[in-house]
Order: sequence, then structure tokens, then C-alpha cells
Amino acid sequence: MKTFKLGGVHPPENKLSQNAPIEVLALPETVAIPISQHLGVPANPVVKKGDTVKAGQLIAKGEAFISANIHASVSGTVQKIDDIVDSSGYRKKAIVIKTEGDVWEEGIDMSTDLIKEITLTPEEIVTRINEKGIVGMGGATFPSHVKLMVPQGKKAEYLIINGVECEPYLTSDHRLMLEKAEEMLVGIQIQMKALKVEKAIIGIENNKPDAIEHIRKLLPSYPGISVEPLKVKYPQGGEKQLIKALVNREVPSGKLPIEVGCVVHNVGTAFAVYEAVQKNKPLVERVVTVTGKAVKQPSNFMVRIGTPIAALLEAAGGLPENTGKVVNGGPMMGKAITDISAPVTKGTSGILLFEKQASSRKPVHNCIRCARCASICAMGLEPYLLAVLADNKRYEDCEAERIMDCIECGSCLYICPSGRPLLDQIRVGKNQVGKIMRARNQ
Amino acid sequence: MNLLTVSGSPHVYTEQSVSKIMYGVLLSLIPAALVSFYFFGLAAILVTLTAIVSCLFFEFIIQKYLIKGPVTIFDGSAIITGALLAFIVPASLPLWMVVIGSLVAIGMAKMTFGGLGKNIFNPALVGRVFLMISFPVEMNMYPKPTTLSTQLTDIISGPTPLAVVKEGVAQGEKVSDLMPQVPEYVDLLMGNMGGSVGEISAIAILLGGIYMLIKKIITWEIPASYLGSVVIFAGALWLINPEVYVDPMFHLVTGGLMLGALYMATDMVTSPMSRWGMIIYGIGCGFLTIVIRIFGAYPEGVAFAILIMNAFVPLINSGFKPQRFGEEVKNG
Repeated sequence: MKTFKLGGVHPPENKLSQNAPIEVLALPETVAIPISQHLGVPANPVVKKGDTVKAGQLIAKGEAFISANIHASVSGTVQKIDDIVDSSGYRKKAIVIKTEGDVWEEGIDMSTDLIKEITLTPEEIVTRINEKGIVGMGGATFPSHVKLMVPQGKKAEYLIINGVECEPYLTSDHRLMLEKAEEMLVGIQIQMKALKVEKAIIGIENNKPDAIEHIRKLLPSYPGISVEPLKVKYPQGGEKQLIKALVNREVPSGKLPIEVGCVVHNVGTAFAVYEAVQKNKPLVERVVTVTGKAVKQPSNFMVRIGTPIAALLEAAGGLPENTGKVVNGGPMMGKAITDISAPVTKGTSGILLFEKQASSRKPVHNCIRCARCASICAMGLEPYLLAVLADNKRYEDCEAERIMDCIECGSCLYICPSGRPLLDQIRVGKNQVGKIMRARNQ
Repeated sequence: MNLLTVSGSPHVYTEQSVSKIMYGVLLSLIPAALVSFYFFGLAAILVTLTAIVSCLFFEFIIQKYLIKGPVTIFDGSAIITGALLAFIVPASLPLWMVVIGSLVAIGMAKMTFGGLGKNIFNPALVGRVFLMISFPVEMNMYPKPTTLSTQLTDIISGPTPLAVVKEGVAQGEKVSDLMPQVPEYVDLLMGNMGGSVGEISAIAILLGGIYMLIKKIITWEIPASYLGSVVIFAGALWLINPEVYVDPMFHLVTGGLMLGALYMATDMVTSPMSRWGMIIYGIGCGFLTIVIRIFGAYPEGVAFAILIMNAFVPLINSGFKPQRFGEEVKNG
């Protein structure tokens, strides 16, 4: 069975919610929709306080090349456009809508009928995906239409679909593959058409045999798409690792996957693309896993964007008494949040709760130079060295040791027996090296 | 509502810890310890206990009263240093010398560099080399193995198999004539020979090594390259003239090689960080061991070989980097 070669770790999988079907969460009283839920330039609001909006209506326009449109996820009245604390802990501008009924914008097909025939041209597909505000649903939230426009002189050969879900605990992609497989497959065909590629490979780790089996059965009516089971290893969902595992190509340092003829999209994105292109539906809802060892009912919810995280926790049996940490995302790369009233955004794949005793780091000891961090680094870096260099502000040396290659997967900090804050120090180093590199390019 | 903890990702951590690693190493030393207690009796037990207790004591004193920092003597590292130091000195060594060796190992080789993880040289080996230079007579009297002896004085000592061969060859004798004077290979393998406390039984040490490999405390690179290169270098000489150079199997099972290759050279703190670095380091250790054993002044070269290679570790680390992702573009 295939996997990537260099490094990797095996954190306990803890997929507590893998058998919980996707439930549609009740509409919240208000939603707070940040105007920046994607990588790139924030969108500009096109509504004002007091406006009545329908679900699916454009409320903020992404005008820069790397930006994304934002749509109302509920129908109602715009209460305010103001700063709120989002899941990153920073104050960000958001459009707050008070829910009134559930009226959708005209032209959106709300039926559940599967539409297989793709009538749009490649150019129309890209335009539509741009209009509907689709971004990468795996967590990086890079605007999807940009990835579907192959730069001049480059050629896409493979569309790689990321169904790895290598983060422990998270199951939103898993459930989507089980419950919306046909929609996802049509979505993949749409992306293939836009990219003009013949081959698409769905990579799924073999801890999800039911998903692999289910999709395999459907494949005969979707030519060009194949499924590849992968040996479980973190961080296989990193796009560079996934490309290596599936087609044995290494994206060169500092380059994008298109350099080796690949474009990578998440299964959630494929589903969103289907809805945008076939149903004319913008990205206003997504699947979110709510999980944790103390959570009463680990669940997967279909949630409107902007719903407060607290509402999801309530639906999963309430916030457990001794909760010490709430994480937006998985345990390896997710961000700890400060306030559970923060809204779900396009990149929220899961909400993970830790009990108090599991919320703190291990005590820090001296580095014993055991070399575990270097041997498990999936990018072949030396985290112990980068951390020391960054700590001593030797940023030129950090750059020479390829600190910018770090994908921040967290494996080094996970594996360190001395509990050293390796990734924290590397992040500081990356930040500084990034500044130095930008200054040099100006 | 209660306050939430916020910290950077990741939010889960391995169960592994420094003390778990250290106590794993200690556990793996049990077979070798039992063999040595069997062949050298009470004397071996006393030497081992003295070394461990004095290492703990000196680390405590230094951390508490000289550095005035946190006391971490129970992380297991000082116990390992003590046990390993005891394992590489003769069982008949006066206990006060063991105490001095422990002071040098912990005080000079470990704490002066900043304690755990900061030292350049393996503390136990530094302790042994210090004793070897300071007390050459006592450090070269190796008791003959008996069975569960409680005798502490008037122990009969004799040369180690390595010394027998080395001195014999130096006086012009043939290897084939010398071999009847050393124990059979089976005895050498089991540990029924003169030597330091814990280094005698290749089998027991191998068992411990396999345990450490399974528990992922050590990796295969250093032991394999070290032992492999000893076989290759000693084998090449042996093929040239088997009457002057003893066969590679003899080198493998005698002296401190097994203990050195599995416990001393693999010391995380003082060995390289990358796979190729480890392999180069292991080959260097093997080469130097054979050079010292055959051409040097001492019959045994493991301690010096590893210490010399320890000094090269920073250089090896900067010269042999791990394979970076995306460095060689392989398209296929």
C-alpha cells in the first residue's frame, strides 16, 4: 500500500464520530459571517446595516485576484457590520445577520436530485466557482478558482483529491465521502473539465475502508477517476506528502504542486464545487465534526457558516464541565480558541474539546538530542536545529536550513520526549525569515 | 464560564518522555547485569551499586549547591551513567576509585557542559578513561570469572582474551598457537571470560540491544555500522594474514565492543542526528577500534574510539544533513 516516504508519525486516531451520520443543525438566531474566511485579501461588504438578505445572497465581494466572495448563510436582517472575535482569537470584521425564516435566493436548486451532466464550459466553471465563493475546505481556505487556473507554460496532468483526513479525531471528510459520494464525484469531474485533465486520483487512508469501498462501487460511471487506499501516516494530508504518496513526485522546495503537474483539492471542496456548478449554490454551509473524549455525542453537523461554535457544542450534548481547551480543527494543526461564541467559517472542519488534564503541554526538559524530530520530519528538516537557530535570532541560518519548507504539521512537537516547544520557535523563525525575504524582493 | 487554555498546535503529545527512555535503557541492562553478577559475584554488585549511588550523589550536590538549579537526578540519566561506568571497569576495582570515576563522569563530563543533553563526550567513557590513565595497575587487573563468588579480596586475576592475543602476537607467536589460551567461542559469547563488570556477555548485551531496538529507544544505524565495519576491517586484516591478525568473530565477542556499540556509541546526546551521519560515525568507531586494538598501545580500543568519534559529531552533523523533501526531483 502506498504512502509518502520521508518521516511521519502515528498519533492515536480517536475517530470517535466516524459512525455519526451528518445531521443538519438547526438555524441559529444570529450568524456572524467574517469577511475574511480565506487566504488572501478580505472581501468588501456590499450590504449595510438594516438590509434584508436572503440565504445565498452575495454580502461581501472578493475583488482582489486572491480573494473570495462571501454569501449570506441565512435569510434575515443585517444587524451590524462590526468587529467580532473570530476563532483565531483576533478581532475581525464580520457581517452579523439576525435569522428570519429560511428564504433562499432565486435560482438556487434546493432539491437533492443528482445532476450528472456538466453543461458549463471550463471558463464558465472557473467563473462560477469564483462567484460562489468556493475555497479549500481542508483548512487552508485558498480560493479554489485560483487553483483551477493553470498558469501559462504549466500543464496539469493529475487532479489529486484529498480524502486522507490524516488529522486524528476529525471525520467530516469521511462522512461526506460516505453520504455525498456521487455529488463529490461529479464535483471531481467538473474540476477535471476545468483543468482539462484526464486523470483524477482520490487518496484515502485505509482506516476508512467503508469510504474506499463505497466510492469504488460508484467509480464505473465516472471514467478517469480512481481511488487509492493509503497506509495511515500523518501528515499524509499535506499536499506535498499526498502527491509523493500517490504519483511519487516531489514538489521542489518553494514551488507549487502544478510544478509537477498536479492540482490538489479536498473532498469537501469537490462537493462544494458540485453544489456551486450544478445547483448554483454558494458556499454557505459545511460539515463540521464536534468531538473529544468528554463530548457526550461526538457528531458531524451540516452547519451554516457564521453559526456560533457554542451552538454546535450544545447540539453535541453540551460543553463538558471540565473542558480545558477548545480547538478549531484537528489536534495536530488546529487552533485553540479563546471564546466559544466565535463563528464557524469556511475552513472549520472540526471542533475538538480537551479535558483540563489534557490541555497543557508536557513539562519541558533539556533536548537530549535523540534525533526523533529529525527522523520524523516529513520535509526532511531538522526541527531541533531550526528551533535553536530561531531562538538565537540566527535567521539567515534558518533560511539556509530551509525553515520555509516547514509545513507546520506539528509532528516534531508531538514526538519530542523532552516536550520542547519546537514548532513554536520554528513559527517565530518562519515569520522573521518571511519578513527578510519580502524585504529582499522589494 | 471557565477560562480556556490557548497554546500553539499540536495539542496532543507522545507518551514518550526522557525518563521513560532512560528507564527503558536501564531495564535493557538487566540481562548483562545478571550475567556479571553470576561470574563476578558480590564484587560486581558492589561496584555497580557504588557507581550508581555516587553518580546520583554527585549530580544532586552539583545541581543543588553549585548550580542552584532544579534537581533532576531521577530522570534516569545519572543512573545510566553509573551503571555503564560500573560495567566498563574491573569488578576488583577498589570502591573509592569507582567513586572518583563517578565524580569525573558526572562532574567533569556531564555537569560542566550544562547537564543532560549538553555534554560532548559520553560521561561513562570519560570516567573510565580517567581511571585507566590514573590507576593503570588496578584498571588492568581483570578477575577471572567464577560462579556466584562472595569473595572480595585475593581475587585471582588474569589478562583478558584480547590482551592474551595482543601480547602473544607482539612477541612473535602465531594466532593459532595463542587460541588455546583463551576461552572457547561459546564461553566468549556467554561471558565466561576475564573482563570488565558488564561487558563480558555478548549475548546478554545483544538481548538488551534488541529490546531497545524494539522499543525504539535506539535505531539500527549506529550498532549495525559499528559492528559491520569492525567485521570488515578486522576481516580484511585476517584474510591478509590469519596468523598475525585474529579473526573478526573474536573481535566481536571480546572486550567492550558489544557494550560499546549498543550502549555507548548509541548514546543519543553524543551521537549524530541524521541517518547518514550515524552510519559514518559508526564506521569511524569501528575503524578506530580495530586500529587501536591491533596497532595501538592498548589491547582494547572501544572507549577511545567512541570518545574520538564523539569529538567529530558536530562536524558530522553539519556535513551530513537529512535528505530534504523536494531536493532531488524524482518524476516517475
